[in-house]
Amino acid sequence: MLAYIIRRVVQSVLVMLAVALVAFALFRYVGDPIYAMVGQETSLEDRAALRDALGLNDPFVVQFIRFVGNAVQGEFGISYRLQQPVMELILSRLPATLELALVSGVVAFVFGVAAGVYTALRRRGAISTAIMTVSLIGVSLPTFLIGVLLIWLFAVELQWLPSFGRGETVVLPWGWETGFLTPSGQMSLILPAITLGLYQMTLIMRLVRAEMLEVLRTDYIKFARARGLSNRAVHFGHALKNTMVPVITITGLQLGSIIAFAIITETVFQWPGVGALFINSVRAVDVPVMSAYLVLIALIFVIINLIVDLLYYAVDPRLRIERGGVRH
Amino acid sequence: MTSLMKSAPRRMMVSALALSLFAGAAQAETLRWARVADALTLDPHSQNEGPTSTLLHHIYETLVRRDIDGSLKPRLATEWAIHADDPTIWVLKLREGVTFHDGSAFTAEDVVFSLDRVRHESSGFRALHSAVTGATAIDDYTVHIQMAGPSPLYVQNLTNFFIMDSGWAAANDVLVPQNFAAGEENFAVRNTNGTGSYKLVSRDPEVRTVLAAFDGHWAQTPPVTEIIYTPIAEAATRVAALLSGEVDVVQDVPVQDIARLQQTDGITVATGPENRNIFFSYDQVSPKLASANVEDNPFSHPEIREAMALALDRDAIQQVVMRGQSQPSAAPLPPFVNGWREDLNAYGAPDYDRANALVRGIYPDGFSVDLHCPNDRYLNDEAICQAFVGMLGRIGITANLISQSRSLHFPLIERWETDFYLLGWGVPTFDSAYVFNFLVHTREEGYGSFNGARYANAELDAQIESLATMTDLEARNALIAQIWDKVMEDRVFLNVHNQLLAYAVRDGINLPVHPENQPSMADVTFNN
Repeated sequence: MLAYIIRRVVQSVLVMLAVALVAFALFRYVGDPIYAMVGQETSLEDRAALRDALGLNDPFVVQFIRFVGNAVQGEFGISYRLQQPVMELILSRLPATLELALVSGVVAFVFGVAAGVYTALRRRGAISTAIMTVSLIGVSLPTFLIGVLLIWLFAVELQWLPSFGRGETVVLPWGWETGFLTPSGQMSLILPAITLGLYQMTLIMRLVRAEMLEVLRTDYIKFARARGLSNRAVHFGHALKNTMVPVITITGLQLGSIIAFAIITETVFQWPGVGALFINSVRAVDVPVMSAYLVLIALIFVIINLIVDLLYYAVDPRLRIERGGVRH
Repeated sequence: MTSLMKSAPRRMMVSALALSLFAGAAQAETLRWARVADALTLDPHSQNEGPTSTLLHHIYETLVRRDIDGSLKPRLATEWAIHADDPTIWVLKLREGVTFHDGSAFTAEDVVFSLDRVRHESSGFRALHSAVTGATAIDDYTVHIQMAGPSPLYVQNLTNFFIMDSGWAAANDVLVPQNFAAGEENFAVRNTNGTGSYKLVSRDPEVRTVLAAFDGHWAQTPPVTEIIYTPIAEAATRVAALLSGEVDVVQDVPVQDIARLQQTDGITVATGPENRNIFFSYDQVSPKLASANVEDNPFSHPEIREAMALALDRDAIQQVVMRGQSQPSAAPLPPFVNGWREDLNAYGAPDYDRANALVRGIYPDGFSVDLHCPNDRYLNDEAICQAFVGMLGRIGITANLISQSRSLHFPLIERWETDFYLLGWGVPTFDSAYVFNFLVHTREEGYGSFNGARYANAELDAQIESLATMTDLEARNALIAQIWDKVMEDRVFLNVHNQLLAYAVRDGINLPVHPENQPSMADVTFNN
């Protein structure tokens, strides 16, 4: 187990180095940050001097090695755009993104599994048909449009929920800024969480439904029924548990996507998270923020994958036996 | 009609009540203000960028300010003049009785210090003060600014020059603006001490900035006593926040929403000309173009330049692309800038037959060339280019549109890697010389940095340089007119229009459109 984790950590470092390399290669095509930094009056000589001072004229390899060298020491530099330390900026935005991702992930998982099980068990019911139809919308409409539609309905027409921002926040003792504890913070969370989680919810629901239908046809479910077990025990004790391995994989990977691709939802709702920070940084070619963000996202994906792998052990006893078999 | 008649007496009653309740005392009014982007920093000398300066104008003050009509008005300076004996010295008389937010007094020392700071190499405003060699405090309320040579227009460069407290800067070690190479954050990025109408209460960058009226301000307390400033990047969300009543003022109204908002109950939209012209320009000098499929440079032929001007249907672009929100004109000069003339503005109707004949006379099969265009810098910039590509197609010119982000577009102009491009230009000094210096003068030390046309005319260069030091305004204006005539004759620019600005507010709030897009919430008045 320990060897397994160590191996995964080594792999993770390689993955992150590769991400940083690819990111740096891409930055050369994003453009010139100088135009976002100085006024139009600035002379060509002053622009060139600033480029030199920022090291933008250095060869690609030199810039990359300098970035990795600094990053290893936890030093990601100063944002060109906001003039604040990059790590501090990202850490101050991270709680907003993580809270949003967590809520939408939980919503997507709970409702996705519940709706998936229901539609699998009552395949021909009217409610099932309705759920399946609505879920089509979730899969096919782009996030951007869902967000704007929700804002229009709930903020402009009904005026029930706020259209943008995070509401009032409370700073917890260790610097974590949370929106969970204030009424306006909770209200602000609803629309972005639905927008971000809708796609994941429909995905999980369809996956659970398909897996359930598959499992319900297997022999051991028939034997379980023959043993006289209650429906509840058959459906949830045997059938659902056996559908969970692929569902956990997908949910885990999707959690990474939720964090990484909250960019669109955060932009639509002016949610002050790392996604919005990243997209604003791309517009201004703020290389220090972009590179730190991409490395951070790579790190999150790597950690989530590791956790998912470990969860397999817990859910699927066969894996434990196989691994054990190899060792002996 | 009936609703108007019904509401009129009620409004009068409410205002009478308000008067009786708040007579003498300042009424507490909070204004929630949203726009597309946040200020990048609160350091007043670091980033020369629109939203940053707009927010800073509320906290810090300048020596002079640009009024709604484009004229200069006193602010921290009450008088300014060129020294009677020495045309290279500007004499500024300062306002007495001004205090900074921390209570320290505003004196000539603060102006001298701020002028040194804004000229530091890490300042984004440095280029505006390049003609300054030094400043001295003659007494507490008189400053002499020494220029390298006569600079009759220098005072026009002071509208975004904010005054910092020298004592506060020394105490907090912010004697110079943010230096990126140093790798440390400057205290002035998040902390302020200005003389402005508002004090900084709290700031969460890109989330919310709260300002409160400063009791000790030299002018009277403004009607708006608290400002909550929230950037909302997404256009649809910004408009939704106004409609849902979550904000009171939206500064950057998307062009496509103006007409709809004007018809919405409870919302007023104010529009006015912005100080920014949008135009095409092209390399008319190189012997051969990199992107053209012909052996010479098509833009070097006056006939081709004329044909392109004949093909540009400005009215169609105004109606279709800009939905009426632009002022088409022939010269790249906003109407309130010195040197503007009615005849420079005039443009004829498009004549495709004649344009086609002009092109076919030189290139029987027409020609093709790349057109570079930004897609995130000006109002509908990419759509303007697309429209023009269609118009050029009708006269045998195949323009291959390459539209991209501004951070990729502007370097092409700087490195002379584009043959044909779209550019927008504002004139913050409100004088034609600014256009000539950057766009017409041959590119050399300090001049022509945005002269992507490679235009070079030694005679014009000499005239442009002489504008900077001419003190006889009549002769100077005559020379400006002469230069414009030559520039228009050579068709250095193919101007499309001047952009319009639109502010949307809730009914009852008056916020006039500022030509520099720098509205002051201290100027806001309420109807009821």
